[in-house]
Amino acid sequence: MTNAAVHMEGQLHAPVHGAVATGAVHAKGQQHPIKLYLVVWGWLFVLSTCSYLVDYFGLHGYLRWSLILLFMVLKAGLIVAVFMHMAWERLALAYAILLPPVVVLVFVSIMVLESDYTHFLRVLFFATPS
Amino acid sequence: MAETVLTNPGQSPARPEGWRGVADDWASDQRAFKNVSWGKAMMWIFLLSDTFIFSCFLLSYMTARMSTTVPWPNPSEVFALNIAGKHIPLILIAIMTFILISSSGTMAMAVNFGYRRDRVRTAALMLATAAFGATFVGMQAFEWTKLIMEGVRPWGNPWGAPQFGASFFMITGFHGTHVTIGVIFLIAIARKVFRGDFDVERRGFFTSRKGYYEIVEITGLYWHFVDLVWVFIFAFFYLW
Repeated sequence: MTNAAVHMEGQLHAPVHGAVATGAVHAKGQQHPIKLYLVVWGWLFVLSTCSYLVDYFGLHGYLRWSLILLFMVLKAGLIVAVFMHMAWERLALAYAILLPPVVVLVFVSIMVLESDYTHFLRVLFFATPS
Repeated sequence: MAETVLTNPGQSPARPEGWRGVADDWASDQRAFKNVSWGKAMMWIFLLSDTFIFSCFLLSYMTARMSTTVPWPNPSEVFALNIAGKHIPLILIAIMTFILISSSGTMAMAVNFGYRRDRVRTAALMLATAAFGATFVGMQAFEWTKLIMEGVRPWGNPWGAPQFGASFFMITGFHGTHVTIGVIFLIAIARKVFRGDFDVERRGFFTSRKGYYEIVEITGLYWHFVDLVWVFIFAFFYLW
């Protein structure tokens, strides 16, 4: 209750001042040096080149997959954290947006089991001997 | 009234950080996202839902590829191009990746100049972003044409598992649609920025509400998301 009262008071006192303050908050809020964006941009180029080289040199097996995943996660992290400014948002927003996609991994594991089973059945009943 | 509610977070004293902050922000009957406007919060929530859509596409692709007994076509070969007499694997996709990353870079700088109220540079950078995006879509059209000419269909292809075509057209098609919508979104907002709508707080045609430079960041969120999705498509569909 007291919390709400304080908020109400704030609104009544300074509506005009508030509007200006919002602009100021926005101007300050996500204001970072251009250099930061250029550095991240450069890293994204480097990481993309690395992931392309994985294919170019024809790496195989677990080395290939782990490198692909590594570069993918690093790129995604840079984009979300810096370009989308998630690094500077409050944790309440970050968790609300970033945790649900992580839960998709449960779905992934279910579908891995499911497709293994389907593959097993296809091999058992349909696959033509080569 | 709506506007004064928005200004509240800027006025309130420092709030707790960390887990305590998460609990406090979400607890009780109040705004969960303290210093984020509704426009930005809703864009994030939309992007979250879009994440699930693309997750489902990639998951169905994974399921198709893991469960088929027919060998999967080798993307490295399928997307190879002959340039100047040399056979280069996956080169088209690599170029598309670099174009999309470049567009993300120009977009990030547009957001930065937007908050500095530099309307000419903001609009120019947004248009550059849109141009990169249009180039990307053009290359994708080229890629589709090439594959269709080679006989790839949603129900079959000359190289292996028939699900390849369906996965390819569905995933890249949906992503290309997102890029196209993003280009239109960018051009529309760039026009408003250039006209100075956010300096004179001109009211929107559809909404009759004042716009702020924050819309550049919201547009940017969408655009970076399109790039983000491509990172995953590139890794799982083209490289795997």
